[in-house]
Amino acid sequence: MHELLVSDLFAILPEIWFAVAGMALLMVGVFTRGDNTRLVLWLAIGVFVVCGLLMRLLGEHGAPFAGLVVNDSFGDFMKTLVLVGAGLALVMSLGFIRREGMERFEYPVLIVFATLGMFVMVSANDLLSLYVGLEMQSLALYVCAAFQRDNLRSSEAGLKYFVLGAVASGMLLYGCSMVYGFSGATSFDTLASVLGDGRDVGVGVSVGLAFIAAGLAFKVSAVPFHMWTPDVYEGAPTPVTAFFSIAPKVAAMALLIRVMMGPFAGLFEQWQQIVFLLAVASMVLGAVGAIGQINIKRLMAYSSIGHVGFALVGLAAGTAEGINGVAIYLAIYLVMGLGAWGCILTMRRQGAMVEEIAGLAGLSRTNPPLALCFAIFMFSMAGIPPLAGFFGKFYVFMAAVNAGLYTLAVVGVLASAVGAFYYIRIVKIMYFDEPADGFDTPLGRELWPVIALAAAVTLLFFIYTGPLLDSAQAASLALAPGGLDGARAVLVP
Amino acid sequence: MSDWPLLSLAVFLPLIGALFVLLIRGDEETTARNAKYVALWTSIIVLAVSVALWALFDPSTSEFQFVEQADWIPAYGIRYALGIDGISLFLIVLSAFLTPVCILCSWEAVTVRVKEYMVAFLAMEALMIGVFCALDFVLFYLFFEAMLIPMFLIIGVWGGPRRIYSAFKFFLYTLVGSVLLLVAMLTMYLEAGTTSIPELMNAGFDEDMQRWLWLAMFASFAVKVPMWPVHTWLPDAHVEAPTAGSVILAGVLLKMGGYGFVRFSLPMLPEASEFFTPLIFTLSLVAIVYTSLVALMQEDMKKLIAYSSVAHMGFVTIGIFSMNQQGIEGGIYQMLSHGVVSAALFLCVGVVYDRIHSREIARYGGLVHRMPRYAFIFMVFVLASVGLPGTSGFVGEFLVLVGAFQANTWVALLATSGIVLGAAYMLWLYRRVVFGELVHEDLKTILDCNRRELLYFVPLIAAVLVMGFWPDPFLEVMHVSVENLVDRTAGASVLAQAAE
Repeated sequence: MHELLVSDLFAILPEIWFAVAGMALLMVGVFTRGDNTRLVLWLAIGVFVVCGLLMRLLGEHGAPFAGLVVNDSFGDFMKTLVLVGAGLALVMSLGFIRREGMERFEYPVLIVFATLGMFVMVSANDLLSLYVGLEMQSLALYVCAAFQRDNLRSSEAGLKYFVLGAVASGMLLYGCSMVYGFSGATSFDTLASVLGDGRDVGVGVSVGLAFIAAGLAFKVSAVPFHMWTPDVYEGAPTPVTAFFSIAPKVAAMALLIRVMMGPFAGLFEQWQQIVFLLAVASMVLGAVGAIGQINIKRLMAYSSIGHVGFALVGLAAGTAEGINGVAIYLAIYLVMGLGAWGCILTMRRQGAMVEEIAGLAGLSRTNPPLALCFAIFMFSMAGIPPLAGFFGKFYVFMAAVNAGLYTLAVVGVLASAVGAFYYIRIVKIMYFDEPADGFDTPLGRELWPVIALAAAVTLLFFIYTGPLLDSAQAASLALAPGGLDGARAVLVP
Repeated sequence: MSDWPLLSLAVFLPLIGALFVLLIRGDEETTARNAKYVALWTSIIVLAVSVALWALFDPSTSEFQFVEQADWIPAYGIRYALGIDGISLFLIVLSAFLTPVCILCSWEAVTVRVKEYMVAFLAMEALMIGVFCALDFVLFYLFFEAMLIPMFLIIGVWGGPRRIYSAFKFFLYTLVGSVLLLVAMLTMYLEAGTTSIPELMNAGFDEDMQRWLWLAMFASFAVKVPMWPVHTWLPDAHVEAPTAGSVILAGVLLKMGGYGFVRFSLPMLPEASEFFTPLIFTLSLVAIVYTSLVALMQEDMKKLIAYSSVAHMGFVTIGIFSMNQQGIEGGIYQMLSHGVVSAALFLCVGVVYDRIHSREIARYGGLVHRMPRYAFIFMVFVLASVGLPGTSGFVGEFLVLVGAFQANTWVALLATSGIVLGAAYMLWLYRRVVFGELVHEDLKTILDCNRRELLYFVPLIAAVLVMGFWPDPFLEVMHVSVENLVDRTAGASVLAQAAE
């Protein structure tokens, strides 16, 4: 039996901090009187900031608890993204919960617990910790989706998410049990050595792999496991949707990468086909499905499906370069997504949210800076250089081409051209159409810094790409050591 | 002065100007006036910089000059590299020359959102110049595609009644082509291990690979040129764009396709270029003959000129792919000439459109009675477009035909028919608009060109005539660069034959 060491506890201090702080916030919420939502929310934001500091201070890598979880550069990178995404989503919801009568202190507490789940997911190194993290995150998210409990659509979204999510969790568990049954291990490290190069593993492991992939594909909402996404995105309260579309996506994608590149690295040829198909289907459906949408939240749902497809292109390459590409893509997606959702959150008229795309008509005249920022995000998501979104696509496609996946690259770029249609349609509505009534001013004070910062990063990313590229590279090397041989070695003399 | 970063200056000055325009505050009228002046002076300074480039350019070498290098994305060896040779120099001068013209011609025509308009044009200028002097493929691609954003907005915000349809068509057509260029770029990068354009020219890709790469690039450049049958975005975009937008589209944007062929397809993929030459010749001939016939039947002035652009660009591609000294020089010369002439023709349409607000040919007639100056100006450009000796159009077409004749007699023969058709539709257009009786009531009070209009027409006329009578200073500058290109292309195909 492994002995519990203090150093093990230290290694998971951020997670412990989240767990303790989450429960403490719950206490604060219960035992303070009156209007305490804002207090709890600000405290939750403080919890995020402290966690960020903790992560900077405790940079030690290792595999505590006998390898149940692992801390590495990849985990650091993804956790940072999750932390930033969840924290800023919380900041952006400040105004919304006040105006929409969502003033219940459980909301920030749930976000904190969801983030705890995501942290565990990102650093999971065992099928057990994988499942614990995933469920911790999912259960919190189900409740968040239904948080406007007097609202029919919100409740429907929560229920739908819960039922479908439970099915996906079931599939995932089934896959885990198959893998365990045929290999006798749950630890990723052991699995990797038992499965070896994948030549003499039983068919059961392959079936298990397929089920695990399906379960995780549901969490990242890759086609054909995406059906819940548009409905849940539309129904959930907008700041919750903003939160959904960023941090959990990053965490689930990180988990998917870790599972595929870790224990199942030897079965590359088998899962590459799965990921290939997921990527193609997601990119195409994400591009085509969004064209007919009139609700901005549904449109963004399809957009996020498309983005997941592009990120999966990098994973399909199965090289360190591909993981590098996905990491960069996710980071850029995070920035664009935060900005775009910030813009959507400002869409209020006479005190109510506007969700129709047509509501943006003529925004460039009623509110030029906001329109400019929104246009920057849309062009960036469409992948037009020199905006950041282009570089995200650039690196994943480079990895795909380098791995010989020309078909995937060509389908991908064409899908991005199709997808550009609906992004520029939003620009068209803002810039070419006759103005509708302006949105309520002033915008929430908390939204502007987020939008402006995201717009600046998106616009000026091309000038100084170094830091992101370096940390993404470190992250990818942690998962696929030595994977940078081949073309990359040629590229950098 | 030659160690100043002149190219970076030319690329970034417009952006700085745009930033200043963006920061202008005040009531609408003051803002508009200040924005116009800031934009005009910025573009004039950039023009001066480009003239300085020309003056300091050393025509005796085919090496890239004014080269600037800096690390940009070191992890991938992608550099910020600028430089020009005899081929790109004039395209930069052309871009810098047309931008102040555009700003002047929109002086009164654009009344809404003037500030944004000027920002869009200055951004366009920066990107255009950037495309022509980028020496790194990724940098080139960045400029090349970023241009879609301001052009999309220019057509969509300040365009005509069907502007939204046209803006989308323009954007999506070009984007689909460009994304395939992206795949080609990535492939070349991974094959050759560099994105530096001069190094890629020496990379020597194997022939199978070359054909795929060539086709992917072709998808992008053919849409930009535009070649038949992917030209259909052009008439729409031209017709709906504001006058200045048409000027930039016809004057500079179309040249990027031709420039792409000269800079990328020919030197980097010589065998594939040779292999696909029949395809280019066929498409170009169809473009020349078919679009000329289509132009004959147009009732909209701008549309007619747009179709004539497709035909004229057909000459350019024939010239480039004849792959000999005269052909390529002719192709480049024709690009410059077309850049000035078609831009001027759109300006001519703009002059009467500003007054009558119609582009229909039948709405006009007899303008010579009220607008003698205008009639003269219009005539100069019509004749230049037809290719009358003594105008710039003649030199380009003549060189192209000489080059084509060496490559393929039939191509030259059929291309010549385009000149006849060109004369037919242009002169007929001129007759219907300018000559005849003044029948329409409102034309009887129409005013001739004012001083502001003359201000931008006079340099254009001068350019057309100088380029027509004295082409030597232009040809001399590009001579060595083109010679080097021909050697490289021919050398590669000789080697390939020897290998077989």
